[in-house]
Amino acid sequence: MELLITVIKIVAVMGVMLGCVAYVVLLERRLSAAIQNRIGPNRVGWQGLLQPIADVVKLIMKEDIVPTKANRFLHDLAPLISIGVAMTTFAIIPFGNRISLFGYDIKLQIADVNIGILYILALTSLGVYGLTLSGWSSNSKYPLLGCIRSSAQMISYELSMGVSIIGIIMMTESLKLDKIVEMQAGWHWNIILQPIGFITFLVASFAETNRLPFDLPEAEPELVAGFHTEYSGMKFGLFYLAEYSNMFVASALITTLYLGGWQVPFVHSLGLSDFWISIVQVFGFFVKIVLMVAFFIIIRWTIPRFRYDQLMNLGWKFMLPIAILNVLITGLVILLI
Amino acid sequence: MTNDKSQMTNYMENQKPIVHRKDLHWWEMFYIPQIIGGMKITLTQVFRPKFTRQYPEEKWNPPPSFRGRPVLVEQNGVERCVACGLCSRVCPSLAIDVQASETELSKERYPVKFEINMLRCIFCGFCEEVCPEEAIVMSKEFELTFTHQADGIFGKDKLLIPVEKLKDRLEFLRKMR
Ligand code: SF4
Ligand code: SF4
Repeated sequence: MELLITVIKIVAVMGVMLGCVAYVVLLERRLSAAIQNRIGPNRVGWQGLLQPIADVVKLIMKEDIVPTKANRFLHDLAPLISIGVAMTTFAIIPFGNRISLFGYDIKLQIADVNIGILYILALTSLGVYGLTLSGWSSNSKYPLLGCIRSSAQMISYELSMGVSIIGIIMMTESLKLDKIVEMQAGWHWNIILQPIGFITFLVASFAETNRLPFDLPEAEPELVAGFHTEYSGMKFGLFYLAEYSNMFVASALITTLYLGGWQVPFVHSLGLSDFWISIVQVFGFFVKIVLMVAFFIIIRWTIPRFRYDQLMNLGWKFMLPIAILNVLITGLVILLI
Repeated sequence: MTNDKSQMTNYMENQKPIVHRKDLHWWEMFYIPQIIGGMKITLTQVFRPKFTRQYPEEKWNPPPSFRGRPVLVEQNGVERCVACGLCSRVCPSLAIDVQASETELSKERYPVKFEINMLRCIFCGFCEEVCPEEAIVMSKEFELTFTHQADGIFGKDKLLIPVEKLKDRLEFLRKMR
């Protein structure tokens, strides 16, 4: 029975997540259109709601072109690594409290791994391989430049990302994500307790997801399309999907770590039954993620791209010291209180 | 070699140093208030009116100066054209084909065949400019699609447009002459 429940949870989460990611793409297109005083795709279905489906059908129908002398095996493997990493990260994010359905007490989290955060950090580091291999195996100059940039960028920002989380781990004294969420009950969100850590983590996750202002691996004006220049058809689609799933997962992670996860303040004072409280909490979690994703998109159209040396300066000379300072301050406060 | 080196240092000395702006407030150095200000601008754009025209539903009405497809002016049921052939002569893309014949009317000549190949026409408006009878003018129509090459050759049936519908353009022409 345990197994069946887990399988159902996996299927449900995968389905919801894929659907959400597809609509994140639509949200990005509509929102960026609105920011640029355009309307955006609104023809396929009501207000363009079927656009993601049309996009996927188009991508599947397209020819898959592999450049001559490309390393075929790695060329095929790279998008799979990217999408695989993006999808598996969501497995340990708690998207709700416990819920009792048909007499079973179900925990709304696929896998309760006790090294939680380390698992996520390890997986996101694996994501670099997808980009690096794609650039290297394409046998083409622009992807190669893109992949070199991405490996340098990801490695530098991984560091400040890891260090900024340490503050939270020190406060929670646990690596488990559900413990971290439980700690943030009511208004004890980590964004209030750890504002510096929040900012460094936010910037680092922008760099990790290759979003503007840190989208150097695919800087369009310089590198054509960066690491995925030589990809077409559904393999390109997988990279595209991976980019948006990464954005979605990063939003979920920021929500879990800093914005209280599924905690909805004052939900207990509404006088709902336990079941409905759980539902409201899951809903609240998704609302927070969507707001975070919208934030990602707005930032994209607000801040211009950094130069490569600025990126490295920011990462090593600014972000890392601040993140370490945050750890020291947190330690001091914990010691004194 | 030494010369090279001295040139090199010279060059480096002549380089302007990177400007570190010292007059910034420490709060401004954080960059965060600037980002928030920028986001405010981007967000307000979301609620501004959109420039997009929803084309097939929302048609555009061009101004009289617009050069759409050339048409023949029809007055009292007959074309004004006297088949002088000037338009066909001036047309830079050789799109017009006129064949003259005699008629009982006071204008004495009329075109039996008047064809414009819309696949060749470049909408330059020379035909309209050269016509002595104001018989050929540029209309406001810009939707020209056909599924067959032969459909691109417009005969008199498609070219003749009553003068009332071309008032805008005729007035514009008289004013600008
Ligand atoms: S120039 Fe005018 S009158 Fe002469 S053939 Fe052309 S349309 Fe007819
Ligand atoms: S508009 Fe120019 S190209 Fe077209 S028919 Fe007239 S003269 Fe020829």
